Amino acid sequence: MPAWFHQFADKYLMWQEGPLIMGSDVLILLASIGIIFTLTYFKKWGWLWREWIVTVDHKKIGIMYMIAAILMLFRGGVDAELMRTQLALPNMHFLNAEHYDEIFTTHGTIMILFMAMPFIFALFNVAVPLQIGARDVAFPYVNAISFWLFFLAALLLNISFVLGGSPNAGWTSYPPLSELGFSPGPGENYYLLALQITGIGSIATGINFMVTILRMRAKGMRLMDMPLFTWSVLAACVLIIFAFPALTVALALLLLDRVLGTHFFTMLHGGNPMMFINLFWIWGHPEVYIVILPAFGVFSEVIATFSKKPIFGYKSMVFALMAISIVGFVTWVHHFFTMGSGADVNTFFAIATMIIAIPTGVKVFNWLFTMYRGRIRMTLPMMWTIAFIPCFAIGGATGVMLAVAPADYQYHNSYFLIAHFHQVLIGGTVFGMFAGMYYWWPKMFGFMLPDKLGKWAFWFFNIGFYVCFLPQYALGFMGMTRRIYTYPSGLGWTVPNFISTIGAYAMGVGFIFMVAQIVQGIIERKLDVTGDPWDGRTLEWSLPSPAPHYNFATIPTVSGRDVWWAVKQGELPKSSLFPAKKDVKPIHMPKSSGRPFILSVFFFIGGVGLVFGLLPLDIIAGLGVAFCLFRRSFEYDTDYYIPVDEVVETETTLGRLQA
Amino acid sequence: MSSSVAASHHAAHHAEGIHVDHPERSVEYQTEDGSLKILGFWIFLATDMILFACLFAMFVVLRTHIDGGPSGKQLFDVTGFTEETFILLTSSFTGGIATFEMHRGKKGRVIGWLILTALLGLSFVGLELKEFIHYAHIGATIQRSAFLSAFFTLVGTHGCHVSVGILWMTSIILQVAKRGINPITARKVFIVNLYWHFLDVVWVFLFTVVYLMGVM
Repeated sequence: MPAWFHQFADKYLMWQEGPLIMGSDVLILLASIGIIFTLTYFKKWGWLWREWIVTVDHKKIGIMYMIAAILMLFRGGVDAELMRTQLALPNMHFLNAEHYDEIFTTHGTIMILFMAMPFIFALFNVAVPLQIGARDVAFPYVNAISFWLFFLAALLLNISFVLGGSPNAGWTSYPPLSELGFSPGPGENYYLLALQITGIGSIATGINFMVTILRMRAKGMRLMDMPLFTWSVLAACVLIIFAFPALTVALALLLLDRVLGTHFFTMLHGGNPMMFINLFWIWGHPEVYIVILPAFGVFSEVIATFSKKPIFGYKSMVFALMAISIVGFVTWVHHFFTMGSGADVNTFFAIATMIIAIPTGVKVFNWLFTMYRGRIRMTLPMMWTIAFIPCFAIGGATGVMLAVAPADYQYHNSYFLIAHFHQVLIGGTVFGMFAGMYYWWPKMFGFMLPDKLGKWAFWFFNIGFYVCFLPQYALGFMGMTRRIYTYPSGLGWTVPNFISTIGAYAMGVGFIFMVAQIVQGIIERKLDVTGDPWDGRTLEWSLPSPAPHYNFATIPTVSGRDVWWAVKQGELPKSSLFPAKKDVKPIHMPKSSGRPFILSVFFFIGGVGLVFGLLPLDIIAGLGVAFCLFRRSFEYDTDYYIPVDEVVETETTLGRLQA
Repeated sequence: MSSSVAASHHAAHHAEGIHVDHPERSVEYQTEDGSLKILGFWIFLATDMILFACLFAMFVVLRTHIDGGPSGKQLFDVTGFTEETFILLTSSFTGGIATFEMHRGKKGRVIGWLILTALLGLSFVGLELKEFIHYAHIGATIQRSAFLSAFFTLVGTHGCHVSVGILWMTSIILQVAKRGINPITARKVFIVNLYWHFLDVVWVFLFTVVYLMGVM
């Protein structure tokens, strides 16, 4: 082996770190070769490029977001299983301290930013334009840029594992630990760059969907007629737009500290580390509402559909969403009551935090009242929704306990906190995303998923959840703090930790069942020929599954809520939603473009350059990004028309054309 | 805008194949797509405003953390930052005139005023660079203290925005020269001017919070 290779392998591929990393290197290499071979052998490169990489169709972008989110759920889940294995028994040496630090850091970062965010964006893309009667989002080209920025940022964070070392300062990355002096390797830079790049995409998505919802609704659809999922997306967009720039600033300043030697958050020359923590949570707290509100939206849709009733208290639901999105901006200090801001400040943020429980409670009661005397059908989306309610109620109650500032001095950074936020994030967001995935699956892919394996997945995941996290509340009270990589025996922590690990494995089994269910569904391909398999209420179910790429041949005219239900009940004429031949006009559509992908690749190259301090790469990336932006600015041939004949033919084949 | 101007625009655009959805509106809002883009840009400006707000917050917290190094009072030159202010505010005014001439359909004047705006922006950036280089020469570098880190980052972020704006405006001058005033180029002129005015507003706060309060 030549010396330079040895050096490269030790320094960047980290072969001296032992079999775990070496094994991963080999697996990644084999998987990459496998993917390249398969695509080449089946001659699928052109298909991949034309159908997926250059697409600006919100339906396809939604599918890509979802696949990426599930892959990241797997990666973050493996991290979780590794940690629970390490903690199963006292004095374990399955992982060393440094690897444990890296794994809890990537677990948190990936689950929030590269699993929860793309999953909600998947559902934004899949459902919102169809629910409001639009042909695409307001800015389809920007939508593609958002996706590819996220995708390449996720790639950037994930290659850190085998190329230079993962970040290890926690997903919150507090300075001074995350400063150059204490985290000298490239790991922390990976974190900062990956989050920065995906954050740009998230801001763009927030703007995109806000404009889409405000300006592209079907004729006659007032704001107060919108489906509640769309409302929840609007509330989440408000949060994204006003919260993400704070993250951008926090990350950029920490990067300047590390790369340029500034003193924003250092211990020397007047820096103030607490300012990072403030900025981080000014984003971070709204962020948890960004990922939970769309889940609330999914639950509202699912409960109304599977109870065969309009949602109870629609207006109060809207009010609650908007109240949460506003009050959510003034609770961030509850993440660090122990910073010592003083009683006045802590009291303000404690009360603001408790106030959030009120609109949330309103929503829970409305869901219960909707189900009351409804004709409930226990489908998979409904099961996940019903499982969410008690889970979230417990998580919410422990949240109010944590909000009591004086008591928080006891809970702070203990496993009580860990149990709380997993209960709201898994019980809220993940259950919500699963419910949404099952609910809109036929709309996305045109076929149904088989129930049986899904029910196994549901029970394993749910029971596993409680077995995993309830003991952690007790561990918190027993004094176990977060982020410790092992513990001595004799503290009474062994049994709860062991039980918790069993629960984590059960959740892993649940995930495997879910994957098996999806594989079985793909093989069986039980087609949804109706377009309305759940007997739905909102506009997306009036379309075939999957919808034609222009969505609506003619923009529907609606009045009131749940219009598709009203049409099915004969309260509204079918002609208001379905196209008539005489009304079909050429449809204006955006052209596909490879540039969003290429632009994001340049961002990725720039990210790698900044991670390793390679100036030439940064220059190439900067020029590449500028080139892509100017090319776009000078591009006038950006859209095309689908001729009437083609639309008429498609709609006739689908049997939708009215006389 | 008078209806005859609108009508003449309408006719002109059809020749270029631009689909006008709202002929009754002001030219930059005539396509539905353009109207969406203008709203989207307003919301983008809101996110940019939050970004500057965070940088301002950092600056206000760190402005006294000079760590024995130079303070704003010792560094800032009243004549220098007054010149910068005057030049940038004037450029906002000339940018506004460009939009006004765009509504009157005067292609040549739009280009002229935009060139003047970009040149004023360029001289602003030049003065700011000169100021920064001067500070660095006398040892007031971005690494010297938390105050200077915050100062250079806040003012420099604004300067980068202006620099990007100059490049962007240049590309739009070229497009107006090539294609004339139509709903698409008009929307571009309108949006780049929104951006330019926004940077002007940010500068007013920089002028007040950083420089005026710095020398007081």
